[in-house]
Amino acid sequence: MKVKEVLAETNWPITASEESLEKEISGVFCGDLLSWVMGNCEPGQAWITVQTHLNIVAVAALKEISCLIIVQGAEVPQATLDKVLEENIALFQVPKSAYDVCCECFKLGI
Amino acid sequence: MSLFHQDYQVQREDYANAGRVSSSIKSVLKQMGLNPNVLRNIAVACYEAEINMIIHSEGGEIELNIAEDGLLSIHFNDHGPGISDLEKAMSPGWSTASEKAREFGFGAGMGLPNIKRVSDEFEIETSPQGTRLMIGFRIQP
Repeated sequence: MKVKEVLAETNWPITASEESLEKEISGVFCGDLLSWVMGNCEPGQAWITVQTHLNIVAVAALKEISCLIIVQGAEVPQATLDKVLEENIALFQVPKSAYDVCCECFKLGI
Repeated sequence: MSLFHQDYQVQREDYANAGRVSSSIKSVLKQMGLNPNVLRNIAVACYEAEINMIIHSEGGEIELNIAEDGLLSIHFNDHGPGISDLEKAMSPGWSTASEKAREFGFGAGMGLPNIKRVSDEFEIETSPQGTRLMIGFRIQP
């Protein structure tokens, strides 16, 4: 499923470049410790986290993550939003919990 | 003989630029057409080591080198204060990261174990004057 299809199905608020919407999502990884993500997340997965600092974009780019899903309504700094546009990584901002977002992803077939 | 050499600088607690050197190295190596799986391993190891320098050290230098025999090596040389217990630092889950670093999601205690796991060669020595880490990857010459 592509990022733009998740957007169409969920209508979650998103910050994304045109190019980032076309990325294919191969699965989901949920975690907030950056080293766990670096060590265990697979390329193409969507990453669910409450972390919002600029560093998540570096991790997402290096791991070739398909999109970021910030949950629990965590406030995202403008610097992070600017960086995801620059790096062509879509970023969803969802008020729901990580568990609820995981369940929705499952229902979507991701 | 070296086929390629590049130096980078890392500043202490420069969280805003964390990952910048790793991204540059990945970008350079991608242009060289490196195998994507090897490239991902290099990116993981390089990021963890770069973050360690930012969180724990007084800053230092990173050197990327590709030798004619096909060994890609990256040296991380910082200016101290050294790792208090290297054996523990190599154990998953042990960390001395500050509260500030933890707030950003660092300090899982997986840095050095992650680096060792994905690299073909791993050498580390530490003293109060600084830590010297070398990681190597076998690539096609």
